[in-house]
Amino acid sequence: MTEVTVRPAKPPVVPGPAVDMTTTLAGVVYPNPMFTASGCAAYGQELDQFFDVSKLGGFVTKSIMVHARAGRPTPRMAETPSGMLNSIGLQGPGIERFIERDLPWLTERGARTVVSIAGSTIEEYTKLAQKLRGRAGVSMIEVNISCPNVEERGQVFACDAGAASAVMTAVQRASSVPVFAKLSPDVTDIATIARACVVGGADGLSLVNTLLGMVIDTKRMRPALAGVTGGLSGPAIRPVAVRCVWQVRNALPDTPILGMGGIRTGNDALEFLLAGASAVSVGTAVFGDPQAPLRVLRELRNLLSERGIGRVSDVVGMAHQQQAEQDVAADDDQLEEYDDVVDEEVL
Amino acid sequence: MPPVQVVGEVLAVKRTGAYMSMTLVAPGVAEGAKPGQFVAVAIGGQDTGMILRRAFSIYAVKERGVYGGTVEFVFAVAGRGTEWLARQRPHDPIDVVGPLGKPFKLPAHPAVCTLVGGGYGSAPLFALAETLRARGCKVNFVLGAATADRLFGALDAKRISTLVAFTTEDGSQGETGRVSDVLPDIIDKSGTEVVYACGPMGMLRAVAEIADYHGIPSQLAVEEAMACGIGVCMTCVLPVRGDDGLTRMVRSCVEGPVFMGDSIRWDALGTVPADCVGAPR
Repeated sequence: MTEVTVRPAKPPVVPGPAVDMTTTLAGVVYPNPMFTASGCAAYGQELDQFFDVSKLGGFVTKSIMVHARAGRPTPRMAETPSGMLNSIGLQGPGIERFIERDLPWLTERGARTVVSIAGSTIEEYTKLAQKLRGRAGVSMIEVNISCPNVEERGQVFACDAGAASAVMTAVQRASSVPVFAKLSPDVTDIATIARACVVGGADGLSLVNTLLGMVIDTKRMRPALAGVTGGLSGPAIRPVAVRCVWQVRNALPDTPILGMGGIRTGNDALEFLLAGASAVSVGTAVFGDPQAPLRVLRELRNLLSERGIGRVSDVVGMAHQQQAEQDVAADDDQLEEYDDVVDEEVL
Repeated sequence: MPPVQVVGEVLAVKRTGAYMSMTLVAPGVAEGAKPGQFVAVAIGGQDTGMILRRAFSIYAVKERGVYGGTVEFVFAVAGRGTEWLARQRPHDPIDVVGPLGKPFKLPAHPAVCTLVGGGYGSAPLFALAETLRARGCKVNFVLGAATADRLFGALDAKRISTLVAFTTEDGSQGETGRVSDVLPDIIDKSGTEVVYACGPMGMLRAVAEIADYHGIPSQLAVEEAMACGIGVCMTCVLPVRGDDGLTRMVRSCVEGPVFMGDSIRWDALGTVPADCVGAPR
């Protein structure tokens, strides 16, 4: 008789409790809160070799300008501890070519596209928004008013509340979809700039862009980047980014936030959600791990499932409530102590 | 063949002269890889502070080894990332993406080809030599380095070449000097019809100029600093003249690393030339 080896059936994969990953940004519903970050995913086709970009909540393009732009000379990049410095200088094909070549591909692929736009005048921003008006597949415009790698570096719109507000008013008027302002953390009070953008017409905020940084090459004894200074990104800036999201959420609890800055794991993404972001962008992590956005999404879903949280939207801003409850408890304690003191005095 | 990202396994790490070579079992990367393509390797382990990949030319592939497809690359220990890589041992996991980039183009007919390598830049030329020979091409080698221990693959070059020349800057092997000192002579003697090269930019420029002077095409694999290797970061650009005559800042990771020598704007390397598409107005 032939001996039959009975292989035990693979234990069924027991999924944790299902988690509703849908999230809403300015009235637009996305299937999950995982987005790419502007300038870290080009226009989609490169990353689509590694994962289906339509599986993302949204795809954020590299910033588009009115005209084609060659960017800055090389070297454009330096690795730093848990981060990198870049000085690309907004290299890109210009809006016409983007609309003709890249946007149709993203739309055809089924991606929910967030088009990042950048300009050096309010007129340029307006023109970009007009060109995108009514285009299929565009679910939102992210207005990059905070790129540190432009010639007019001293006059970045995001460093001036009045200028930031004026850009957002112009784009909001020209646009048929929600407009988000992408802000720089390199300001004295980010909540002031955020409020000005919302007053101007921004439907939401993308927090944050890179921090301005610098590396000196000690062998050549000169700046490592041809552009001298550059934008710092990666896990090194995450605590700064989380702080910015926290402060803006405190100041503007009803304004939706797309959070980004050094997200590499599901736990990092959860930090941003707890601080008040309704969705997050995975940026620099893609350079080290092309599949990072969907991996981070998977990790986030598992974390929520383990904690028995049924809806990702439930954790948005939750750290503020926890903090508030703790503050109230602390106040109560103080009151009790005060009561004791009073009692003693009475006695 | 599109690139894949896999967690490979170290099969071997060995010293070779002044360099190291690493062989990874990396299914999907080896299959379909062509000479001139490269891999991008994650370094430092999961929680590392070194967040960018390191790119290396593919030296050799075995599509069906005992353990599955393997890919071998050569590197110099030049910083903390490559130090970490050199410390890895058989069975250690390494995340690798590849094959990446455009390979060397092959001549349509059996041609006389001269392959020029500087330092371990010669690594991708040996697989190229095999492919060329299989197509009936004659292959010559010119290898140069600062010192003899930095000549990579000298024995293989001798074995497979019709004509071969070595140069070292200290005279410890072959002619004293640089590859550009001996290349014109090799081209003339062998009747070279195509030049292939990989190495530092200064050497590539000299090779391109010599090929141009002889009226023959050159195909050069450039080594630009990359953050991603897959075409999304835009850091590895250089000014290249297209078929339409216009110069653009192109990504060496996806539009290269192999370029025609006469398409690279050598006069403008490290700058954005004023006549470049999208140059500052």
